Amino acid sequence: MQFAMLIYEPPDAFKSRKSDGSDSYTGAWRAYYKAMVEAGVYAGGDPLEVPDTATTIRIREGRRAVQDGPFADTKEQLGGFTILELPSLDEALEWAARCPAAALGAVEVRPLAPEMKRRVVE
Amino acid sequence: MSAIEEDRVRRAVERVARESYGRLVAYLSVHTHDLAAAEDALSDALVKALTAWPRDGLPQNPEAWLLTTARHSIIDAVRHQQVVAESEPTLQLMKDNYMETTLTTQFPDERLKLLFVCAHPAIDPNVHTPLMLQMVLGLDAARIAGAFLISPKTMGQRLVRAKTKIRDGGIRFEIPDKRDLPARLDAVLEAIYAAFGIGWDDMAGADQQGRDLAEEAIWLARVLLQLLPEEAEVRGVLALMLYCESRRAARRDSEGRYVPLSEQDPKLWSRPLMDEAEQHLADAAKHARPGRFQLEAAIQSVHAERGRTGRIEWGAIAQFYEQLNRISPSIGRHVAYAAAISEANGADKGLAILDTVDQEAVACYQPYWAVRAHLLQRLGQIPEAQHAYDRAIGLTEEPAVREFLLQKRRRSS
Repeated sequence: MQFAMLIYEPPDAFKSRKSDGSDSYTGAWRAYYKAMVEAGVYAGGDPLEVPDTATTIRIREGRRAVQDGPFADTKEQLGGFTILELPSLDEALEWAARCPAAALGAVEVRPLAPEMKRRVVE
Repeated sequence: MSAIEEDRVRRAVERVARESYGRLVAYLSVHTHDLAAAEDALSDALVKALTAWPRDGLPQNPEAWLLTTARHSIIDAVRHQQVVAESEPTLQLMKDNYMETTLTTQFPDERLKLLFVCAHPAIDPNVHTPLMLQMVLGLDAARIAGAFLISPKTMGQRLVRAKTKIRDGGIRFEIPDKRDLPARLDAVLEAIYAAFGIGWDDMAGADQQGRDLAEEAIWLARVLLQLLPEEAEVRGVLALMLYCESRRAARRDSEGRYVPLSEQDPKLWSRPLMDEAEQHLADAAKHARPGRFQLEAAIQSVHAERGRTGRIEWGAIAQFYEQLNRISPSIGRHVAYAAAISEANGADKGLAILDTVDQEAVACYQPYWAVRAHLLQRLGQIPEAQHAYDRAIGLTEEPAVREFLLQKRRRSS
């Protein structure tokens, strides 16, 4: 079964995007990634650029609205996602608790929806 | 009523709820076997207390007041279900049983039966501890779910299933006879210790809830000891928890950094808690019935000795772990044995023991990788050590421990 970990980070965590990689947070991520891969649970994922770089589009009554910045204006912002292959939600929550972002921001765990995908992709 | 008065009553209700919850649930469910109904009735009574006590003053015996009120609400509920004919015997039984007892200040303490029911072999072992926390201590499902890292909804469902099974499955509210007692008691002790372990992990970040959970577990063990003073393993588990508890202040330095046990400052250990642990362990030994928890407490007692002697007898610790592995083998104990051997006989000996562990079984087991990294580093195998550090860091949940390992990894290069 596949689960997505949606990783929400506070502004401080996003600062590590600009570091040379020697900071603790990046180091923790490097180790976390390795642990997931070697435990055979990692099925993909990517970090995102900082929220400032986001542009959000809506079409309403035929008119385009373009907004600088992310969809939701919250302190913690989506910073990336990881896809895990695991037998059940219990294991997914354990991995989410180990995620370096869990101690700073929040990690949302959600099952992927393969049934929906089949309906769309056919 | 003034705000202060209101606050006083609210706290009185909370105190009675906290201290008497298990006793009341146990007594209310011992004949009906219906834990959920007992809980509902009790929370109903607690809500009523919040309005009645400020108005009429605190009752002389708050426990008996709650019991009487809860009993009425159970009887009402049964009537309400309109199955009077079927439940008549139950009703009569309840009336008979309650009438004589609730009017006096004393009613029998049925908590021991309740503890054995919660850790009954017919109940999923994963639910033993949550059920105990809920039924004996009155913790709510959301809080328990957090401690066990599962969703509150799932935890709620598991608890409901367990209670239904107890009600409908003919699980008896009784103290097991001599023949069954050791095995059944084991499950109770495991569940109590699991609660402590969760509280202990949680409190890493000085988390108030975790802190409470560790204390609740110790309290449960004390209750159990009162009820079963002759059982050596009950003293064993209590001693074990008290030793761990005695080191609470030493587990973090002034900046909140993690300090491993062998590097803790013994001056920060709590002498009274250690003395109490020592006493329980000594009393347990008089029964000459060693067991898992006494052995684990004995290991902690060797660590505690460092406060007096300045050194750790690793050879003794290794021996205790060897015995532990014989009576109740686990990956955790195997890893701890390897760590003790490496201190006593050299890192290469410890590593050789780690090499015998099934790799599948430790793919997600953090202590294995932390010990392995430490030993490889001591043997000068730096790239291998760094790889093991990464595995350990990636499997760590506590930020302070993660930071500690990241530091060690940095220093290893």
